[in-house]
Amino acid sequence: MSTRLLSAPFTRSELQIQSIMLTVVLGLAPGTLWGIFIFGWPALFIFLVTVSSALAFEAGCLALAEKRVLATLTDGSALLTGWLIALTLPPWAPWWIGVLGSFLGIVVGKQVFGGLGQNLFNPAMLARVALLVSFPLEMTVWANPSPPFSASAPGLLESWAITFGGVLPPDGTTGATLLGWVKTEFSQGRLLDESLPSGGYGFFKSFIGWTGGSLGETSALLFALGGGWLLKKQIITWHIPLAMLGTVFLLASVFTLVDGERYPGPLFHLSSGALMLGAFFIATDYVTSPNSRLGQLIFGAGCGAIVYVIRTWGSYPEGVAFAVLLMNSMTPVIDHYVRPRIYGRDRKGKPLELPEGRE
Amino acid sequence: MFDIHALWAGKPFDLHALWNGSQPKIRGGVHPEPRKEATADRPIDTAFPLPPMLYLALQQHVGKPAEPVVNVGDRVLKGQLLAVSQGMVSAPIHAPTSGTITDIMDYPSAHPSALPTPTLLLEPDGEERWIDLPEKADPFSLSPEEISIRVGAAGIVGLGGAAFPSAVKLNLGRRTKIQTLLINGGECEPYLTCDDRLMRERARAIVDGILIMLHGLGCRQAIVGIEDNKLEAYTNMHAAAAELSDGKVEVVAVPSFYPMGWDKQLIGYLTAKEVPADGRATDVGVLMHNVGTAYAVQQAIRHGKPLISRIVTVSGGAVGAPRNIDAPLGTPLASLLAHCDYRPEETVRYIMGGPMMGEALPHPNVPLVKGACGILALTQEEISATDAKSCIRCSRCVTACPVGLLPLEMMARIRAGQLESSLKFGLKDCISCGSCSYVCPSEIPLVHYFKYANGELLTRDQANHKAEQTKRLADEKLARLERQKQEAAAAAAQRKAAAKKPKITEAAA
Amino acid sequence: MYIIFAAISLAVLGLALGFLLGAASRYFKVEENPLIDEIEKMMPGSQCGQCAYPGCRPAAEALVAGEAPPTLCPPGGKALAERLANKLSIELDLSTMGDQVPMVARIDESLCIGCARCIKLCPTDALVGAPKMIHAVVADACIACAKCVEVCPTECLKMHPVKVNLRLWRWPKPEETALAGA
Repeated sequence: MSTRLLSAPFTRSELQIQSIMLTVVLGLAPGTLWGIFIFGWPALFIFLVTVSSALAFEAGCLALAEKRVLATLTDGSALLTGWLIALTLPPWAPWWIGVLGSFLGIVVGKQVFGGLGQNLFNPAMLARVALLVSFPLEMTVWANPSPPFSASAPGLLESWAITFGGVLPPDGTTGATLLGWVKTEFSQGRLLDESLPSGGYGFFKSFIGWTGGSLGETSALLFALGGGWLLKKQIITWHIPLAMLGTVFLLASVFTLVDGERYPGPLFHLSSGALMLGAFFIATDYVTSPNSRLGQLIFGAGCGAIVYVIRTWGSYPEGVAFAVLLMNSMTPVIDHYVRPRIYGRDRKGKPLELPEGRE
Repeated sequence: MFDIHALWAGKPFDLHALWNGSQPKIRGGVHPEPRKEATADRPIDTAFPLPPMLYLALQQHVGKPAEPVVNVGDRVLKGQLLAVSQGMVSAPIHAPTSGTITDIMDYPSAHPSALPTPTLLLEPDGEERWIDLPEKADPFSLSPEEISIRVGAAGIVGLGGAAFPSAVKLNLGRRTKIQTLLINGGECEPYLTCDDRLMRERARAIVDGILIMLHGLGCRQAIVGIEDNKLEAYTNMHAAAAELSDGKVEVVAVPSFYPMGWDKQLIGYLTAKEVPADGRATDVGVLMHNVGTAYAVQQAIRHGKPLISRIVTVSGGAVGAPRNIDAPLGTPLASLLAHCDYRPEETVRYIMGGPMMGEALPHPNVPLVKGACGILALTQEEISATDAKSCIRCSRCVTACPVGLLPLEMMARIRAGQLESSLKFGLKDCISCGSCSYVCPSEIPLVHYFKYANGELLTRDQANHKAEQTKRLADEKLARLERQKQEAAAAAAQRKAAAKKPKITEAAA
Repeated sequence: MYIIFAAISLAVLGLALGFLLGAASRYFKVEENPLIDEIEKMMPGSQCGQCAYPGCRPAAEALVAGEAPPTLCPPGGKALAERLANKLSIELDLSTMGDQVPMVARIDESLCIGCARCIKLCPTDALVGAPKMIHAVVADACIACAKCVEVCPTECLKMHPVKVNLRLWRWPKPEETALAGA
């Protein structure tokens, strides 16, 4: 018999933080496995390094803050953050990039704000952007797809050297990402109908993920499937992904109609880069997205618009991380102005007018 | 508004209705496990043996406590008036059986604190002798005012849990000329089946009660909302309404989810009206009563029987033979639980009411009151016992809140001690339904925070009020002292003058 | 070169502003702090002396001077403490106030001799009665200043904690230990 004074309700839904985090990780798993498959051993190494260092940093911070280490560590949030950071890294990046990314994400991005639920910015995106700005070279070495046992694949020892030995990948095994390729080509005056075929890119290849890029930005298909599964599991709602993808689709459609030679079409945008990963797994981060449905639609649309703007006119080929961070900073503002209407009150909080003829 | 629940339940979704805005409005809500099967199919147990002692709290309703009109040692008959109501909002108490008043004392109350409150102790003599019941009259020949008076005199309060005096509501409804009487057969709380059983077994009496209330309100239309998981209750009520009511009483199935039984939710669903935040349901022309109340009204008006017993669900994992019991008011809850073979050693929480909105009781040795619809003895497996974790801002509470509040924001402010700013997020509009705490994956006791904040703010308001009063009293005292001083000075001056006067006259002379 | 310009202009700006501030403090100096009057108005005004200051005005002066915490006034309670802290823009630590149990004076009627000394002293007229009659306490008006206790010759007046009943019962704050991981 418990005597602690508690208020109702005395029944709770089954869903717990841990199961939410693990479900998201499961949703990420197919895309991650695909990434590791096509980029081989180095990808697996950098993935393991990043995730384990994220867990270590989290444990260290919890111990320093004198919080319950094991209970909080097993809620899966650090695992998810580390996982997402790994997905944003070039698959053949050196090991210290992964450790530094985890440090930036877990310590600077999350724990200094007060831990889980307190951070303003998405930790994984913060880590990626900080790394990208600080180490532009290491962060833009894109390996070409080279699954194990294929001709171009590095062997185990070679892979170890790439990740831990500071050895640069051999020539001919790296290239540009689709978005980067199109951007560079355009800056040299080559239009789409010229640049796309010459780079050996195609919608289908891009969609299933047979292309260079970060560990987690290759297979739009697998991440879209994972995201759909999260929707079905009711871990995320449709508002942010739909608004984000819809906005990119809409903008791309409009501009490609205006000038099809200059602006790639909507399918190109949806199938390339980290858009699917961002829309389903990153922008939907609970902590840093608005809490009302309308707010989430605005947030998603804002992310989509910024992604399109950066991809099309910005100096970086991909803009998901910047878009999410920028909209993260808007979240408190959105939450302040966009609130659900309270029953019996209008949007401003004033009680509703009484029906006529009654006092 | 997009009706997600229609999709959920797999019902055809009417786009046309959505477009016209005639799709019934549903806000928020959750789907807790019903756990009603244990008691739903067992008939109401009317053979509950009288306990050795009945404890009748003088306050079993919203409003002022009743005032005893009997003395210790008096012999009373079943149905006899024991305590009269005080003021406008109150309800009288009647003897649930014949016996002797052995004491009037402070006894633990059915409240989370179990603080003692004034209580009448009635020792049954086992004879169950009724007082002389009034002659039966046709209720429809009584004046509407007379119906309210009799309902009030029978001590009837809202039996759905709110325990608000029913006569006060009937008077209000009659004065504001409401258009529709709504009858709440929602019973969306898990475990509870007392309304369900009542509707299955006594549908004709309920419909009769509804017709009497319609007469008392001067109103022509009543709608009974029954959750669509209570098929038998719906069928029986539908048949009874068709047979007895001449089309005045309509029975409507409503989707089953929590909190469908929240009056505003049901009003919105059945009439598409919204009650203003500072108003009452009668402001939009509707009034809501519970099915149990309708039954009690029928018993009082048709048979002259005051409210001396109620049907209560006794259930929970630690109860061996859960069922609904027609039990006399004042019965110790422990006796009811013992009658249903409960296992005290397995019980980790005693709850009065349902698990979503009920109150935890520190022990079951408190009496049954009018507003108690359920007694639950829950085991460790049934209740969550893990500690609260950090808020991850998943905003499930925002989606679940039927009122449209931001529970996570309110909680964060209350935790930081900023009670005033939580008011701006609508703290006062919270109905404590528990949907937010139910869905919270971090198991944060959100409702507990809101109850604490509301109580603390109330205390502060009272303290401010008292400070003002103190200031007024102190100023008055100072002013009075000043006045007395002046009066004393004036009197002294007068005396002086009076003493001097003769001299002056002398001098003049 | 630019650095020298910047340093010079900043220094000049600082000096000018500092001079302005100094002049303002001299010319707009207020002899009596008007804040004291405002604070005094907020106090209960019963001059009960529970704060260990002789009256509400000295207490207000001490508050404004920063010598006393905003929690000094027991009759005002948490509500007043909060308003005072707001007014003075200072951090409020309510933890010391949480332990205070509200008190009320009660008269042991078997001992009261009806001397009426307490009635004269009570700042809020919470004591009623007449000489040679047993007195009574109006609990709602009593501010627990305990002045009456001191003058009562028979010690029939005592302070008792206010008994919590259902009307006064409030939900406590959820145990924060439960949120230790937060």
